[in-house]
Amino acid sequence: MRLLIASFLLIAGIGWLSAHQQIQGTIQKNPGKPLVAVTDFRANGAGAPLIGIFNATVAADLKSSPLLNFVPKTFYPLNPPQQPSDLIAGVAPPSNNAVIQPFRLTDWSLPPVGANYLGMGYGGEDRGLFVAFGWLYSTAPTIPTLQQAQVFGKVYTASLDEKGAIDAGHRYAADILAQFGGKSLVGTRIVFVSDRTGSKEIWVMNWDGSDQRQLTRYRSISTFPSASPDGRIVAFTTYASGYPAIQLLSIDTGRKLTFYNQRASMNAFVTFTPDSKTVVFSSTAAGGDAQLYAANIDGGNLRRITHSGAIEVEPKINPQNASQLVDVSGRSGLPQIYSMNMEGADVRRISAGTGEATNPAWSPDGAHLAFAWTKGFEPGNYNIFVMDFASQQTVQLTASDGRNENPTWAPDGAHLAYASKRGRSSQIWVMNADGTDKHPLTQTGNNEKPVWVNAEQ
Amino acid sequence: MLLSKNRASLALSAVVLILGLSAGCKKKVAPPPPPPPPAEAPAPAAKPVINYFTAEPSTVNSGQPSSLRWSVTDSTNVTIDNEIGVVSPNGRRGVYPTVTTTYHLIATGPGGSTTADATVTVSTPPPPAPVAAAPPAQSVLDILAHQVQDLHFEYDKSDIIPADQPLLQSDAAALKTIFQTDPNFIVTIEGNCDERGSAEYNIALGDKRASATKDALVSLGVPGDKLKTISYGKERPLCTDPTEECYQRNRRAHFAATQ
Repeated sequence: MRLLIASFLLIAGIGWLSAHQQIQGTIQKNPGKPLVAVTDFRANGAGAPLIGIFNATVAADLKSSPLLNFVPKTFYPLNPPQQPSDLIAGVAPPSNNAVIQPFRLTDWSLPPVGANYLGMGYGGEDRGLFVAFGWLYSTAPTIPTLQQAQVFGKVYTASLDEKGAIDAGHRYAADILAQFGGKSLVGTRIVFVSDRTGSKEIWVMNWDGSDQRQLTRYRSISTFPSASPDGRIVAFTTYASGYPAIQLLSIDTGRKLTFYNQRASMNAFVTFTPDSKTVVFSSTAAGGDAQLYAANIDGGNLRRITHSGAIEVEPKINPQNASQLVDVSGRSGLPQIYSMNMEGADVRRISAGTGEATNPAWSPDGAHLAFAWTKGFEPGNYNIFVMDFASQQTVQLTASDGRNENPTWAPDGAHLAYASKRGRSSQIWVMNADGTDKHPLTQTGNNEKPVWVNAEQ
Repeated sequence: MLLSKNRASLALSAVVLILGLSAGCKKKVAPPPPPPPPAEAPAPAAKPVINYFTAEPSTVNSGQPSSLRWSVTDSTNVTIDNEIGVVSPNGRRGVYPTVTTTYHLIATGPGGSTTADATVTVSTPPPPAPVAAAPPAQSVLDILAHQVQDLHFEYDKSDIIPADQPLLQSDAAALKTIFQTDPNFIVTIEGNCDERGSAEYNIALGDKRASATKDALVSLGVPGDKLKTISYGKERPLCTDPTEECYQRNRRAHFAATQ
């Protein structure tokens, strides 16, 4: 339909510029990245009502990835192939008025689709399960046979309901993304804080916002979650015993783990070493301002890291370098982000020094920091920025859409979750690491402090 | 490179389409696809429901306690006037009215707001017998509630502001009276912050405010072993308006009886 309109405008001779810009805008989202087309799968029987959800999930995952360009479905021919036996080998003869044959694989590399890769398949119901057969082919005319053009073909089995169709769609999309260096988010989770029961409790959900469930039931204030790199433990701060104290839970079982809290008015903000065996946290154990301490994972073998005479909170250990630490410090006045080693030496400020910089979060490769900064705005009006740690160059990812804070990196390094407060309600959002494709994951109550948890190892 | 390829491909597709369209003039045009089903209207957000809002007992003598109890569902913000402020959706609060008072509960949610009232009637006690001339002894809770007042702070600061020095002196005197009256009484100093800084930093800042308040009181002779400190950061605001007046109210050290 869009093509018909576009061609009509072309005939009229007035639409060239706008049509050109529209297509350029789509194609150039990730310049130089492969162009991938995936047809809408069809399904029979009990799979039929679910296949639309499967298709939408695949398309959403591919569209939001910075690793490839997803060719919009409006460009596809109407009767696409559904299985390998539909495909025809060979290359269209050179011609000026060639008509695309949807079943000839290499024709998908021609305009208007112009795809480097074609995903196709079909779904259905088998013995009470939702089943999807998914393939990926290269459309390059230089590949001599269909067998050689096939990148993969797999069967995706899931429960025969909406949840199963979404799950199968995510897995098929992850397999496609894996061909282009994408690390799958399947199995990763987001721990967060929600007040939907009336008090702040720790919750966990799947990375796409599904399966939200409550981990704590203290009816107190439980907040500031963090997770061990092995994906097994969530640490948080709770007022359940009267004072802000650290507690560790197994994410899967919800079982409380032993942690010895220092006698202090405040113990909070746990970060784990890459091997998940040591923690660093903030405590007023020595009196005076909150300072950083390291301890074993049970709270024993305590040793002090900072002696700054100023507030030291939010320590974050580099996931690729167990001796490198950043935190938020008041040593130069308003909160700023500082870097130091595990002995508290080699201290330097890495945020610009203007406004308030807070909530640092390491990227999985340990080379970038996402953080919240009031740059250019009144106190309290935070936006999310990403800093290249080596050069300290920053890029702004959100712009004044309310209050944006607590960024956390997805394990694929290509997405960020964060809390955004628009009006009176705070919700958890996800965006690409370049700031595009922002969308909310939560809507009930207030939800904040997301922490993206690695798939369990 | 990519650009010129696109332009070439666009031109080619235009040619294909023009041909296709002219061919379409002769041949039967394919029927248009069926219209998409109408979008489902989103369910209207429910208005908050106030399950109950009561005062028990509803009639008290002046200064005697009454307990407000409430339960609200589908709300994002629940406030009660008469200086109670923002409260959780389900809760109770003791009040000590000296005159007949009507409390208004306002529950706000995505679907609008709902209000309910609860009135505590203060009955006039019979006139005291002429012989009972001695003033009644005040309880330590009364002194804490009425004579020990909150101290306030500047943004990101924890020093006692000079204007609060007289307040600090009177707080110290009242606290000394409390501890002389009841040597077992313990007071907790609660440090609080406004909503602008990060929640993380504010926990430490509230702790610093509570400690600074304790240190100042101890320097005025209040026994330090009777004072505990805790920080609520910005987790327990008195108000949630984005105004300097509200920020100022929330940047405070509050005194509470230790449970």
